[in-house]
Amino acid sequence: MAAAKKSAKKTAKKATAKKAVASKAAKKNTATKAKASAAKTSATKSKRNMDDVVFEARDLRIHAIRDDGSELPIVKGVDFKVRRGEVVALIGESGSGKTTISLSALGYCKPGLQFAGGEALLMGENVIGKTTEELRESRGEKVAYLAQSAAATFNPSILINEQVTEAPVLHGTKTQEEADAKALQLYKALELPDPENIGSRYPHQVSGGQLQRLMAAMALCGEPDLLVLDEPTTALDVTTQIEVLKAFKGVIKEEGAAAIYVTHDLAVVAQIADHIVVLYNGEIKEAGPVDTIINSPQHPYTKRLMAAIKPLPEAGQGDGSSDDYLKDAPVLEVKDIDAGYGKSSDGKPKVMVLKDVNVAIERGKTVGIIGESGCGKSTLARVFAGLLPPSEGEIMLDGQGLAPDLKDRSREELKKIQFVYQMADTALNPRQQIKDILGRPVEFYSGLSGKQRRDRVNELLEMVELPLAFADRYPHELSGGQKQRVNLARALAADPEVVLCDEVTSALDTIVGANVIELLKGLRKKTGVSYVFISHDLSTVASFADEIVVLYAGRVAEQGPTDQVLSPPYHPYTRLLVSSVPEARVGWLEDTMARQESTAGIAGQVQLTEVGCPFFERCPLAIKGTCDTTNPPQRVDKNKHVIECHRELSELGG
Amino acid sequence: MTKKQEIEHYVAPYDEGVSFDELPDSEPTGRFRLSWSGWLGASIVAFWVFIAIFGPALAPLGENDLPFPDDYSEFQSPREGAWLGTDVSDRDILSRLMYGAGRTIGIAFAATVLAYFIGVILGIGAAISSPRVDMVVSRINDAFLSLPTIMLGLVVVAAVGSSIPVLIVTAGVIYATVVFRLARALGQEIMVMDFVEAAKVRGEGRWWIITREIWPNAAMPLLTDFGLRLIYVILFISSLSFLGLGVQPPQSDWGSMVRENLGALSYGQSVIPVLAPALAIATLTVAINLVVDDISAHSGGKLSKRL
Amino acid sequence: MTQLILKRLGIGLVTVLAVSLIIFFGTKILPGDAAQIRLGQSATPENVAAFRARLGLDQPYIVQYLAWLKNFIQGDLGTSLASDVPISSLIADRYHNTVIVSLLTAAIGVPISLGLGILAAMYPGTVYDRFLTLISVSLVAAPEFFTATLLVIFFVFVLDIGNAIVVGSTEGKGLFELIDHFALPITTLCFVIASQLIRMSRAAVLNVMSSPYIEMAILKGVSRRRIIFRHALLNAIGPIVNVVALNLAYLVTGVIVVEVYFGYNGLATLIVQGVQTRDYVLIQGLGMIFCLTYVILMLIADIAAYASNARLRHPK
Ligand SMILES: Nc1ncnc2c1ncn2[C@@H]1O[C@H](COP(=O)(O)OP(=O)(O)OP(=O)(O)O)[C@@H](O)[C@H]1O
Ligand code: SF4
Ligand SMILES: [Mg+2]
Repeated sequence: MAAAKKSAKKTAKKATAKKAVASKAAKKNTATKAKASAAKTSATKSKRNMDDVVFEARDLRIHAIRDDGSELPIVKGVDFKVRRGEVVALIGESGSGKTTISLSALGYCKPGLQFAGGEALLMGENVIGKTTEELRESRGEKVAYLAQSAAATFNPSILINEQVTEAPVLHGTKTQEEADAKALQLYKALELPDPENIGSRYPHQVSGGQLQRLMAAMALCGEPDLLVLDEPTTALDVTTQIEVLKAFKGVIKEEGAAAIYVTHDLAVVAQIADHIVVLYNGEIKEAGPVDTIINSPQHPYTKRLMAAIKPLPEAGQGDGSSDDYLKDAPVLEVKDIDAGYGKSSDGKPKVMVLKDVNVAIERGKTVGIIGESGCGKSTLARVFAGLLPPSEGEIMLDGQGLAPDLKDRSREELKKIQFVYQMADTALNPRQQIKDILGRPVEFYSGLSGKQRRDRVNELLEMVELPLAFADRYPHELSGGQKQRVNLARALAADPEVVLCDEVTSALDTIVGANVIELLKGLRKKTGVSYVFISHDLSTVASFADEIVVLYAGRVAEQGPTDQVLSPPYHPYTRLLVSSVPEARVGWLEDTMARQESTAGIAGQVQLTEVGCPFFERCPLAIKGTCDTTNPPQRVDKNKHVIECHRELSELGG
Repeated sequence: MTKKQEIEHYVAPYDEGVSFDELPDSEPTGRFRLSWSGWLGASIVAFWVFIAIFGPALAPLGENDLPFPDDYSEFQSPREGAWLGTDVSDRDILSRLMYGAGRTIGIAFAATVLAYFIGVILGIGAAISSPRVDMVVSRINDAFLSLPTIMLGLVVVAAVGSSIPVLIVTAGVIYATVVFRLARALGQEIMVMDFVEAAKVRGEGRWWIITREIWPNAAMPLLTDFGLRLIYVILFISSLSFLGLGVQPPQSDWGSMVRENLGALSYGQSVIPVLAPALAIATLTVAINLVVDDISAHSGGKLSKRL
Repeated sequence: MTQLILKRLGIGLVTVLAVSLIIFFGTKILPGDAAQIRLGQSATPENVAAFRARLGLDQPYIVQYLAWLKNFIQGDLGTSLASDVPISSLIADRYHNTVIVSLLTAAIGVPISLGLGILAAMYPGTVYDRFLTLISVSLVAAPEFFTATLLVIFFVFVLDIGNAIVVGSTEGKGLFELIDHFALPITTLCFVIASQLIRMSRAAVLNVMSSPYIEMAILKGVSRRRIIFRHALLNAIGPIVNVVALNLAYLVTGVIVVEVYFGYNGLATLIVQGVQTRDYVLIQGLGMIFCLTYVILMLIADIAAYASNARLRHPK
């Protein structure tokens, strides 16, 4: 009986395999072909009963096994259903058990965890308690998994195509030729470049965003009934995320599969899910259709999650910092900086990373630096800190020249500029207690010792809102957010004038990160300290900075007061960044795709260009023959708002 | 709600039990604990260290004394007066074992300490010095490393003859090359950590960075590796002695005892004269290995195994 | 990739030169010189001086070194001080035994140990795995002559087969007769390399087995065999070949000890004799041969590591 059902399903699947499901892109280009395929798709869908439940968790319980053998409940009795054609999102903070629950659909537990009760029904069959051998049949065929990091989940030594087609071929549901055809069709649907040949590359030969989409192809190649997606876009830049989301959504709908989508980001959920399950601490707090949850959340925890969605980056949300501390000269300034790594024979850096950068930081103010990964944000911070002497240009402190190399700076100068690292884990010496981590700079810069030093350490702990008892702890005895506070306190210990913050909130949960930002604001008001705030997250920067510098491939694309940068006229790149930040609104993705000239594409290897505009390849407004051959001029809008572009301000929405 | 209020709002806490923000990465931990195999190893090592120190005082006879002066046959079987029998020259094996313990363990320990002294100073020094100095020192070290240790030992012994100080210095210098590599790698790994950079940005001097930032983090992995290195040095010294190029008669250590008594096996007379010293070395090194394995399984000292 | 290998070959060459320097000048700090040793204490200073001139020992060290190196490259290893016979003919008489034992050990020991190690990695935590781990942890730290003693006790004293020393000539013997002839030395050395190889190949495979792409393969429903042989082994092969080469290099020490232990003649016993008689010409020649072998094996280890890395084979 079961066998008969199975073979029937296999035949049905084979039939689908032969029919090409064209991509959205293909639809735009070749309308006739697209229509035909759409018809076929809907035919396939109707064959699958839209009502049947693909996956159901019934009172699911999962425990962690501690080192001493005791058990710690991680998932505490969870019930939910996933129907065919439906995307169910599991949402919650880190540690809420999202990934653990989603993996139960594959009958899998991470090492150190075990099923403690309940059922996980995949197509009506309980997968809990089955052996790996028994599960092998359904894994990759009925249910497929997409992990958070594609870079780690592709085998580095096997060609991409073999990995993509492996599951159906091994399970005997497709011949190698059929699987190859299916893969090719998926590559096209996922808008991968050079779909014919991308499969014969190795994983390290494609970019992160592409690999993420290739993993989707890997999951979909076996035409599973259920897809499990674990934070598939979290590690990506917003501009890449939007492309990947779009591709996922299209493909899931067209394949008529069901999906479990794990994420902590409600804005992403609103784009892709039909149903939402809100998790906290291993329990379901609220569940329902996406509209209901987004528009009228009931449970207080859901409300808090909604509230934690960062407002869109727009003009007028900066926290007007006071002008009380302003002086004649900016506290820190770089003029016409060029910088890079390595040394070639002519004394210039081997790899140029920054070119012609000018930034001035006023007292008590905050400069936000923003751009995609690899654009040179951290490098700029290192130039300020004296860790990377620039090859051209000068650095000024309080209007005075400052030595480019930190070795040549005086202790008084060093004290004024402090650096806060992104990863508190590696920034704090694991063998020093908090009191020594904070006490050393106190002693070093202000010569305090004994009781005075202790008092100052306590004062610092209070400043960052940590209990005084923490002074005796080691870093590994603190949580991520607490460590970040210590990290900040260490910078404050010097009584600095400028604090360089490199992605200080990026590794933290939204809510924890928001608290850190609040802290920074309070300190700015109280002490008049200035910040250089580096982040790839435009929303955070918008809520906090007085001035924004938009970097692209090591050049300043646009810079000026926050409100002006975030309102027209925009540099085309700024516009792309702003419009890529997802809104927690159903239908946003479609609207944006329709509005945006979506040729902006995904950042490949962003390269600093000698001549022409580095954004040329991706720019929807690019002028061929001009933009790629001559450096763009600086166009000054209102006070100090500068855009580097060949287009007139009026053409840029001014 | 205005934008401003919205931002304010998301800071509001949601309290239901503990927030995950409050959970530290790991519980405050004590010192490492040993498992049963670790304890077994540690007791055996302690036993041999005791024998090494007090062996000569406790031995029933002197090193070269004959238990049965009237009986001239070699390799006598165990009996009262010579609980492990006699060796090729009719001497008491038990007493000789107890004398040899001090030499085998003492020489190896001294050599390992020397190796660490040289290796750690140069290794960490190379890690923090300019790339050019580092490259020169490392290349020289690599050349030494690419020689089989036993060959280096043979060349030195051929050149200056063998004595206990020569053995210590030879083994110390040879194994310093390995320690150098480990200490340098550790130093480099720690050097690029943000907290070291933070100290540099603060303006700390080189000495502070070495002693306060790098050393405390390097100490634990190095300590685990010390045990491992000690094993190799014991085996090295014993092999040299076994080849007749280590401790020279009338003194002896466990390795040279094996050599002296090999005849007992080839003539099929007795196994104890060879087995006893060989077993002594094996129990000692295996016991050290058990402890090292246990410690590195329970603490962060895994780096040394990687290298 | 090719560049990396060329660079590694270059480093190998520099290492060989450095090694030759160490060996040459290492033997030069010898108190008393070759002429004195050769002629004995009773020789008159005039005789010694004349002899020194004949050997070229009155030349500056650097000239002597270059001459020695040139001769070595041309295959002329000089004349033994102790026996006045060309080193090459001493070696020609003896090298069979060393080469036969080393090759047979590699041929028998390597596949068996790798098989055992990979099997242990396939079934981690089982009784088989734990037993094997325990044995190899114990053996890895034990000296060669301890293993040899245990084998002698078992085969010679308990089972009463074979001999505690290797006697007789190998002339005209076939493969199986040779294995039989050197049964105990080969078994000893197999144990010595096996303990390392089992541990390290197990660790290499386990390391790969805990990577996310293996988890992914499990979640794709790939069979256990295919996971091991296609996904894991492909990535573990570099580290494994590396380990094999390193361990064969380590055999150099083992071979010396085993030859002395079982009392048959080989290159290793020859060099030990050289040290005892302070025949430094012999030590220089043989030392270079041993070190060259070692350096070449290390080179193979590194190249294997490069070659198995897809990132290096197929750059962006
Ligand atoms: N030590 C280095 N040597 C050579 N190149 C480097 C080095 N550090 C960074 N780079 C290169 O410089 C460029 C800019 O790097 P940077 O770290 O400043 O980027 P970023 O904007 O901070 O990126 P992210 O958002 O990912 O942190 C990148 O292409 C990077 O690969
Ligand atoms: S200069 Fe040209 S390519 Fe560059 S942003 Fe402006 S319009 Fe686009
Ligand atoms: Mg960065």
